[in-house]
Amino acid sequence: MEGILFYIISAVAVLCAVMVVANPFSKNPITSALFLVVTIISLAGLFVLLNAFFIAIVQILIYAGAVVVLFLFVLMLIDLNEEQKRRIKFATIISGLIGAGAMIYVIISALCKSGFSSANKNAIEGSPSALGNAFFSRGEFLLPFEIVSVLLLVAICGSIYIAAKDKNKL
Amino acid sequence: MSNETAFVVFSAIKAIAGFSIMMFMVAYVVLAERRVCAFIQDRYGPNRAGPFGLLQPIADAVKAFIKEDFTPAHVRKVFFWLAPAIIMMPAIINLAVIPFGSQLGKQPMVIADLNIGVLYIFGIASLGVYGIVLAGYAANSKYPLIGGVRSAAQLVSYEVAMALSIIPVLMIAGSMSLQEIVGAQSGGFFKWFVFQQPLAFAIFLGASFAETNRTPFDLPEAEQELAGGYNVEYSAIKFAMFFMGEYANMILASAVIVTLFFGGWTLPIFGLDKPAQTLLAGIAHICIFLSKLCFFLLVFIWTRWMFPRFRYDQLMRLSWKAFVPLALINIAVTAILMWIKK
Repeated sequence: MEGILFYIISAVAVLCAVMVVANPFSKNPITSALFLVVTIISLAGLFVLLNAFFIAIVQILIYAGAVVVLFLFVLMLIDLNEEQKRRIKFATIISGLIGAGAMIYVIISALCKSGFSSANKNAIEGSPSALGNAFFSRGEFLLPFEIVSVLLLVAICGSIYIAAKDKNKL
Repeated sequence: MSNETAFVVFSAIKAIAGFSIMMFMVAYVVLAERRVCAFIQDRYGPNRAGPFGLLQPIADAVKAFIKEDFTPAHVRKVFFWLAPAIIMMPAIINLAVIPFGSQLGKQPMVIADLNIGVLYIFGIASLGVYGIVLAGYAANSKYPLIGGVRSAAQLVSYEVAMALSIIPVLMIAGSMSLQEIVGAQSGGFFKWFVFQQPLAFAIFLGASFAETNRTPFDLPEAEQELAGGYNVEYSAIKFAMFFMGEYANMILASAVIVTLFFGGWTLPIFGLDKPAQTLLAGIAHICIFLSKLCFFLLVFIWTRWMFPRFRYDQLMRLSWKAFVPLALINIAVTAILMWIKK
């Protein structure tokens, strides 16, 4: 049962991910954004199959519920015709390939390091309290967690500064 | 029957029963809204179909189905069809984690008691915005688009306030499972989180009005300024789907308020705050939950006809400059109090 579900969900995820970037039926960015939502929800489904309910629901809450909504918000307001007419430049392809290659390298090296054995399956499970303890215990993930928090704070301050109309008032 | 088949069968029965009760309630909440609004405005409201107008929902449904389902020429067809379907989904999916009773016999009266129930509700509810945004975009004309954009901004802003407001409740209950949150409120009226966390309740109530697009926060569909907002171009059953979606979300919001702040299916008299041992007590728990639910539906309806709408900048200011900071202060104060008590 789990095996069949895994293949169905992964197929949907991959198919929709392809549709995000190369949709043969429409070049509308809104369609791409919606396929991105379906991809994110199928990834959440994969997390559920790994018993990682917390990560699954956070995936939906943050990416599908907030990030892509903001994408849509912007896409609805800008002039999409300009974007649809744009031709893809050579430099864009090169930089995209470099980015994708680096990402694939990171994923493959991480997989090789941890191995493909099913012994790691339980490592991803976690009740909310276990996750909380891991985040806030010294010697576990306290330092990375705090660094990410500071990073987010900096990002918030930066965006407020950029968005502020009257910079003298800040 | 093996354990697994029994689980599947009982889950299916509970899911179908929950869905049917919800759809039935949607039909009658619409009627209640029209009647209550009529009484508030010193009118009669729909009272012709059946006694007290009780058959009105059937008449409305027949009308919605047999009306011409008109698709304007300028709309984006795929999104136009997708939006009304999406708008109903979150409320129905979220039904799965609401504990609507303790137990009947051996069966717990909740479809899936997740240990992250509260997060699940927020996660799925956050998908609700797609229905409205897509409807606004699909219509391909200016008023629906303004309605859609307004709703995207409004729902994302109030989600933050809503999620922050219930953190103190989760801290006191020590769990995100809704059944355990209900359990934490047993043993006296003052154990209910509305009395322990009145500020959290006030913020949550305000934010849920905003999340369900109800007055005083119904800017996405403000009739007077947007001619109806995101649903202007819709007719017949597609329009009815938006209507039903709004009421389904309202029922769900009331159910969450009852569960988080008003003790869910418990009542601290006659020992009704413990999981039921007999069949009768189990049914009593379901009735208690439904009556609390109906009370909050009435609050939603009553509020709509008593208060004027916010202006858009006031709406945003209320969320970001009042609700969010107050919720953060509430978290800090609760944490310090819990630490001192320890």
